[in-house]
Parts: sequence; structure tokens; C-alpha cells
Amino acid sequence: MAFELPKLAYAYDALDPHIDARTMEIHHSKHHAGYTNNLNAAIAGTDLEGKSIEDILANVSKHSVAVRNNGGGFYNHDLFWKVMSPNGGGKPSGDLLTAIEKDFGSFDAFKEEFSKAAATRFGSGWAWLVKQADGKLVVTSTANQDNPLMDVADVKGTPILGLDVWEHAYYLKFQNRRPDYISVFWEVINWEEVVKRFQD
Amino acid sequence: MEHKLPTLPYELGELEPYISKKTLEFHYGKHHQAYITNLNNLIKETSFEDASLEDIVKHSEGGIFNNGAQVYNHTFYFEAFKPNGSAEPNGKLKAAIEASFGSFANFKSEFSKAGATLFGSGWVWLVVDTAGKLAIMKTKNAGNPLRDGFKPILTMDVWEHAYYLDTQNARPKYIENFWNIINWELVEKRFEE
Repeated sequence: MAFELPKLAYAYDALDPHIDARTMEIHHSKHHAGYTNNLNAAIAGTDLEGKSIEDILANVSKHSVAVRNNGGGFYNHDLFWKVMSPNGGGKPSGDLLTAIEKDFGSFDAFKEEFSKAAATRFGSGWAWLVKQADGKLVVTSTANQDNPLMDVADVKGTPILGLDVWEHAYYLKFQNRRPDYISVFWEVINWEEVVKRFQD
Repeated sequence: MEHKLPTLPYELGELEPYISKKTLEFHYGKHHQAYITNLNNLIKETSFEDASLEDIVKHSEGGIFNNGAQVYNHTFYFEAFKPNGSAEPNGKLKAAIEASFGSFANFKSEFSKAGATLFGSGWVWLVVDTAGKLAIMKTKNAGNPLRDGFKPILTMDVWEHAYYLDTQNARPKYIENFWNIINWELVEKRFEE
């Protein structure tokens, strides 16, 4: 079965004024749709057809560059839409907050480290909060559409929060001001979803 | 030495409708300027403080390389534009393009394809190799062909900031526009130098 462009749980304008409707529409209906179509084309007729995206990414070094780029793009954007919500913002609760405080010192220290990872990623890429195999939380960033699920990643684990810092994610509204985009992201984070991913 | 934002040989609105004034206001006025400011800050009290930009591009690493090469690349890119550019090169460059690519149309198609398929942020280059032959190269992020011993004579920025305000996800449309504003006389001069 081919991969399908996931529907958003909210309208394109629902994250306004933090992320504008036009950016959301192009990002989802053009960029994410492009990765989805290109991923399907890249796996068509190969033994990857029918495999889960997680399986494909876990062994991505064995596959074509098109599978790496578009498989990453497919997965990353799906995670990105889900970890945002019009009712987002604030702080996580419970176990996740405790784990963040344990591994980063405080929520503010985590926020600073994650924002810095996003601001200093040179070129196109993503910033991540990752739960490693031993349960420890770390912040990392990856180039282009790579992610921590990939066997090629320097820091491996389960991504539980991701921020897209490709210029297409913010250029229509923020242009060169990536730090302003990073600061509005904190107003839309769907911590319930991040907690769910942390507990899984 | 202090690096400075170069003056461009055209007004920012003059490349319209191919590249908008708004795009250039950010691309030249903000991005290019930021790379220059960052470079000047980073080289202070390092061995690159008095180095030429070309030496910085060839020999530095990390933040100095990223900012230094982006200064070089953007200057090289912006300088080779001209309102109402000529459609094709002439003379020795035209002959060299035909020798290496078969025809100007083939070259244009290969260069455009390199631009469309570069994944993520980067640059496409027309370079002269050590044997004097022309080739097309792609470099990612701040990459520059001088690092590998090639002489660049034309470049196209395919970072999304180069076109997102004008054509959004449609990078091929930006690439198509690019061919209308090239200052081929300057590219010929670079080739013959």
C-alpha cells in the first residue's frame, strides 16, 4: 500500500498568528505532498513496498538517496504537524517534565538548548528532542530530511519533538529571522502528543 | 581586513520580473550582509583576520568557512546579474560550452537539472577544471568549487531564501527565470582570465 499524505488535525489557519495559513498550506499541500509522492515512486516495485516508514528509515543506509530524502521528508513532516496544535504552548506535565528537568536541569535550560540547536543548524534541517534507547533525553539536529530514526544518524533514538528549520517552513512570514520563528514554535507545541510519544 | 557588502551594478528592482525587489532586499540586504557581519566577527584575532576572501574559502573550516564562503558565493552570484541580460554567451566561452556540452541548450538543460535536483540548500556552478574543460558542479550549503581546485565562472543559489518569496516551492520556475538576467559578458571575462 502506498503512503498517503496525512490530513492535518486542524485547519491551515488554526496556528495563526504564530504560523500563517499560506505557509501551512504550501508546506503541507506542496512540500509534504511532494515527499509523499516521491517516496512512493522511489519504493515502487522494490521490496520496501508494504514496509512501515519506521522500518524503512531504520535501514536507510541500504536504500537509495531518494528513499532517504523523501522517506525522511514524509516522516518528519507528519511528526511536525502532530506536535503542533492551536491549543498548544506552555510546558509538558508529569513524567516528561520530570525527565526534562533531570536531563537538562530545567525546562528553561531545555528550551534554550533546543532553540540553539534549531538556530545554529546551517542550511536546511531539523532540531529534535530525542528519547534514546536508555530513556535519556537529548537535543540534536540533523541536515536536510535526516532524522534520529535513521541508521545514518549521529544521535539515534525516538524523536518526540521536531522543529523544521528549512527556510520553506518560515520564509513567507519571517524571511531571514529564523530566531523569531523558533520563538513562536513554543506557543503551538502540542505537549500532550509529545508526552504520548515519550511514554510509547 | 574588514569585509564589506559589495555595491551591486544594478538597482534592486531592476531584475524584475525575474527576481523581485523584495527578494533582493532580503537576500542582499539581510542574508549577504549577515554573512559579512558574522565573518568579520569570527575572524577577529584569528589567522584569517588579514587573509583574502579566497584564502578563507580555500583553507578555513566551521563557522569561518560557512560565513566566508557564503560571502564569496553571494558576491559571485549577485555580480553576474544584469537587467535584460543577453540570452547566450559569445566567443571563446560559447565555443567551450559547445565543446563540453554539445550545445548551449544542452548546457542550460544540464545546469537547470542540477539546480532542480540539489536536495536541501546549496549552489550550482559552471566551473573550469585544471585541464581547461568546463563542468557543472553542485555544492551543498556554503560549498565552493575553489576548495577542489576548480575555477568557478557562474553560480546559481538554490537555497530556498533565493526564491521562496517569488516562486515558493516551485524552484524550477526560479531556475527558468535565472536565464533571463545573466551578465554573460562578465562570465566570459571570468572564463578568459
